[in-house]
Amino acid sequence: MNPRRQKRLVAVTAFVLLLGGAIGAMLYALQQNIDLFYTPSQLIEGIGKDKVKPEVGQRLRIGGMVVKGSVRRAPESLKVSFDLVDTGPIVTVEYEGILPDLFREGQGIVAQGVLVDATTILASEVLAKHDEEYMPPEVAEAMKGIKHVPPSQLYKESDKGQQP
Amino acid sequence: MIAEYGQLALTFAFCVSLALAVVPLYGSFKGNQTALDLGNPLAYALFFLTAFSFWALSYAFWSNDFSVVYVASNSNSLLPWYYRLTAVWGGHEGSMLMWLLVLAGWTAAVALFSRSLPLQFQGRILGVMGLIAVGFYAFVLFMSNPFMLSLPYYPVDGRDLNPLLQDFGMIIHPPMLYMGYVGFAVSFAFAIAALMGGKFDSTWARWARPWTLAAWMFLTLGIMLGSWWAYAELGWGGWWFWDPVENASFMPWLVGTALIHSLAVTEKRGTFKSWTVLLAIGAFSLSLLGAFLVRSGVLVSVHSFAADPDRGLYLLAFLLVVIGGSLLLYAIRMNSVRSQARYELFSREVLLWGNNIFLLTATLVVLLGTLFPLVHKELGLGSISIGEPFFNQLFYYLVIPFSLLLGLGPWVRWKQQQVQPLLKPMSLVAIATLILALGTMAATQSIQANLALLGLLLGAWVGSSAIFELLQRLQQFGSVKQGLTKLNASHFGMTLAHIGFAVLVVGVAMTKTYSVETQVRMKAGDQVELAGYQFKLVEVYDLKGPNYNGEAAELDVSYQGDYVTHLHAEKRFYKVQRSVMTEAAVHARLSRDLYVALGESLSEDSWALSLYVKPFVRWIWLGGLLMSLGGLIALCDKRYRRRVVEQKDATEQKGAADA
Repeated sequence: MNPRRQKRLVAVTAFVLLLGGAIGAMLYALQQNIDLFYTPSQLIEGIGKDKVKPEVGQRLRIGGMVVKGSVRRAPESLKVSFDLVDTGPIVTVEYEGILPDLFREGQGIVAQGVLVDATTILASEVLAKHDEEYMPPEVAEAMKGIKHVPPSQLYKESDKGQQP
Repeated sequence: MIAEYGQLALTFAFCVSLALAVVPLYGSFKGNQTALDLGNPLAYALFFLTAFSFWALSYAFWSNDFSVVYVASNSNSLLPWYYRLTAVWGGHEGSMLMWLLVLAGWTAAVALFSRSLPLQFQGRILGVMGLIAVGFYAFVLFMSNPFMLSLPYYPVDGRDLNPLLQDFGMIIHPPMLYMGYVGFAVSFAFAIAALMGGKFDSTWARWARPWTLAAWMFLTLGIMLGSWWAYAELGWGGWWFWDPVENASFMPWLVGTALIHSLAVTEKRGTFKSWTVLLAIGAFSLSLLGAFLVRSGVLVSVHSFAADPDRGLYLLAFLLVVIGGSLLLYAIRMNSVRSQARYELFSREVLLWGNNIFLLTATLVVLLGTLFPLVHKELGLGSISIGEPFFNQLFYYLVIPFSLLLGLGPWVRWKQQQVQPLLKPMSLVAIATLILALGTMAATQSIQANLALLGLLLGAWVGSSAIFELLQRLQQFGSVKQGLTKLNASHFGMTLAHIGFAVLVVGVAMTKTYSVETQVRMKAGDQVELAGYQFKLVEVYDLKGPNYNGEAAELDVSYQGDYVTHLHAEKRFYKVQRSVMTEAAVHARLSRDLYVALGESLSEDSWALSLYVKPFVRWIWLGGLLMSLGGLIALCDKRYRRRVVEQKDATEQKGAADA
């Protein structure tokens, strides 16, 4: 090999190694930061064919409609908890802080947080979208093909079924 | 009635774009002088027709013409006049019309300012711009027409502009951003035109450079304004969220930055040619990808427009045609291009290679983080989101070597650099860096080994290196004073932009490390302390605006007993859209921002409030501003306006031979 080619070989090898390293680091970082999205029923019944349920302590996102009348505030702090529902099961979200401007009972929201027990999520962030009729697309998808029930009635139905 | 004229003008503009896509290109390949001469008038006609059409839509907004569907869904008679006018680009259809206006504007600018280019080359550029225009005009005309009427049953009043968009930042953010996005179409057209002719040399790079710089400058400004708008308007004190749409604007910026640097090599040294062309194609393709992501509804984000799968499909097809076509041309033509210039391992060329590699890696990171959730979902693996730490972590690792290189780069000569002569100035820079960073740290906070110290070190390294290098360069002209008049503008521009980057890095690191926030429950008269500042809630009262109601909170802030400022935060309820908006109160100083957002009412007399103290957050936008200012100064360089008479004849002869 002449020196010019040798130089090129070194440059190309260094480039490929760097690129490989960078992509490896990227994929590793990516893996660490994936948050799966669940709807309340997916959280309780599991996702996909294998019915995979999230583990306690796992970071995740949950999206659903806020159950009417379920927002409970602590008297002296900003702690708040509320229930989410999509097609049946109810999941509780606990949060400390200011809820977004568009947070309202009966409306769709997305919360990011950690699963603390099978049906409770400790949220670090609550998101609501700037639209009165907004429903997180994943929730809309989960509810597709299901008879549309206004959240107010949904609440009553689930009330009968779920709460003691 | 005016709206119909607007529609008519838009239809004519579409026809003109068809002509523009065919006639000058035909002329350039057949050597037909008449066809080539038609390029300029067609470009001007395109601009004036589009401008008229845009004016017509603006007039419909101004006169509350709710028979136009787009006006009815984005405006309201109660909206103040200035927001009525900015509502023109507040929705999908109108913002696409603005996109067309900007595209036609750039095309006309190319026609106007590149008259000194060889006519054949200019014809090809205009032709490529015309081809791009055809795609976009057809999209607007057939799939997102802003002039659609709802006669005879039109609404009495409109559905109002999204309250988020009723803000000053929103008035100028989209125009700037689009100037940037679409500006890369010019760089793209230059690259494609050169590919058609197979001629790349430093003259070509010198022609393409100012256009790329202009686009980059606007994009920088647009992104910066967007960040500022999000900070002021979203009410959670953040300035960058790694939101898919932000990412969509950030990717072309990263590639565009790489392109500017690569063009410098092509101009000065006549090498990196094929790489430069690839970057020009990449920057524009990423702009298109951004348009696709925002407008197809495949991504969920605060910015996304109403979802319409057909529009998404069209844009995707357009994107594929542009990328596929240009890469095909690239593959056919680029074989014949050879770079002759040689350079050693330690030379400016290699360092700029480094710059490009880091910028492209950063692009890859953003691309991966933006598209991965999409791919994951399409594969049926479930919906996911990529957390902010992914981006932050990887950018953290990328910025360190990037900044170190940036501090070194301007000192290194083209072709070959000996290590010895650099030792002295670089150690001076290193000493200055240590003094600056530790000094700032000691003056504002306590000295700790943390992100802020790292940011200060990197920022001071880049900044002091840029300043020393400028001084040294000025002295080469005899004295600094003489140098000031003799040194070319692009060098000043470069120095300023690098200082802007340094300021940005310092701002990000300091804000990330030392921002404090608290969310509290307060009654009138309550006092809360945060980072030494006492926030006292004086009162909360009802508020009435033109198209909203709401509440306002008045706060007094004092620092160690001394009165600092009075803050006025609002929470507005927009009646028509039935949505709530937080108007945060900000007290800005170069060294820190005080930021208060009024939250919900918790009981009769108590309120939730978010309080933030954010040190150095202004530096982030100041850095962006300096970068775009640097771009502007570099644009003013005389050599971009020098006429190229000698080459002109030569290229024309060669062009005739080609044809």
